[in-house]
Amino acid sequence: MHVPDGFIDATTSLATGAVAVAGVTLALRGARRELDDRTAPMAGLVATFVFAGQMMNFPVGAGTSGHLLGGALAAVLAGPWTAVLAITVVLLVQALLMADGGITALGTNVTLMALVAVVVGWLVFRGMLAVLPRRTSSVAPAAAIGAFVSVPAAALAFTGIYAVGGTAPVPLYTVVTAMLSWHLVIGLGEAAITGLVVASVVAVRPDLVYGASGALAAQQLEIRQRATT
Amino acid sequence: MRSRTFFLTFLVVALLLAGVGSFYASGHADGLEHVAGQLGFLDRAERSPTADGPFGGYSTKGIEDARVGGGLAGVAGSLLVLALALGLFRALRRRDDSDEPAESQG
Repeated sequence: MHVPDGFIDATTSLATGAVAVAGVTLALRGARRELDDRTAPMAGLVATFVFAGQMMNFPVGAGTSGHLLGGALAAVLAGPWTAVLAITVVLLVQALLMADGGITALGTNVTLMALVAVVVGWLVFRGMLAVLPRRTSSVAPAAAIGAFVSVPAAALAFTGIYAVGGTAPVPLYTVVTAMLSWHLVIGLGEAAITGLVVASVVAVRPDLVYGASGALAAQQLEIRQRATT
Repeated sequence: MRSRTFFLTFLVVALLLAGVGSFYASGHADGLEHVAGQLGFLDRAERSPTADGPFGGYSTKGIEDARVGGGLAGVAGSLLVLALALGLFRALRRRDDSDEPAESQG
């Protein structure tokens, strides 16, 4: 989903750049509450894993592929503010070192993948946790659903930006239809990878999963209660 | 699992994906590229100014073999992300001597 230079006009790219700077500035403040001696190394590894995971394009049919965005994954593992920063670091390295995603398009890419995908993925994850049983086994399915929704959400956000500043005249509804239909399928891959990775980490080190802290606390309380009665 | 073992495993998995697995990843256009091609705005894409860098396009300059060059680029990119992210997150982290209250998340 990396937008190259040239798709979006200069004015709109400046605007998405401003949105990106505002979002990252907020995240720099918010992430302080999520990071400590124990979680900082985990968060660094999550960013590394997302970079690697984004290289693993999977086929989705008709000569098309998709790849992990990692917004929901990073938010569940490291916390939403930290995830914004982690994905931004990934996008910076991709644009500057790998020529993946444009330079003037950096603001657009940060907005789509580090802001929209993270925020939507995290909110849907929290919403699912609220309705699922309060157990650590609910964390991976909730993360998978958050991941699934985050991909079409980012695709919709691209369509919105394209509607404002797209450089080629394409009818909006054709962009929406095409972007949504492909990214709903890609979302399934995002959900599968996110669910698998979160389930694996929850299985061995649930204490290192930011989004599992509530369920973990509830579960530990439950065990203590049974032991005393 | 001890933290050291866990972190090392996590890092090795990431490096294996970027350094080895990526060669076997699908080479097809991704969703956005495909849509852009289908709707006729792919030709608006401009060549990135960083395309001629040492690892432009996930290849390594001077190495013809796609498996080796792509793997090296993947590992180099992963390690750079690790260094930048770790540096940033360590700088932002709450110190133990901080008087800021630990926030419980639930």
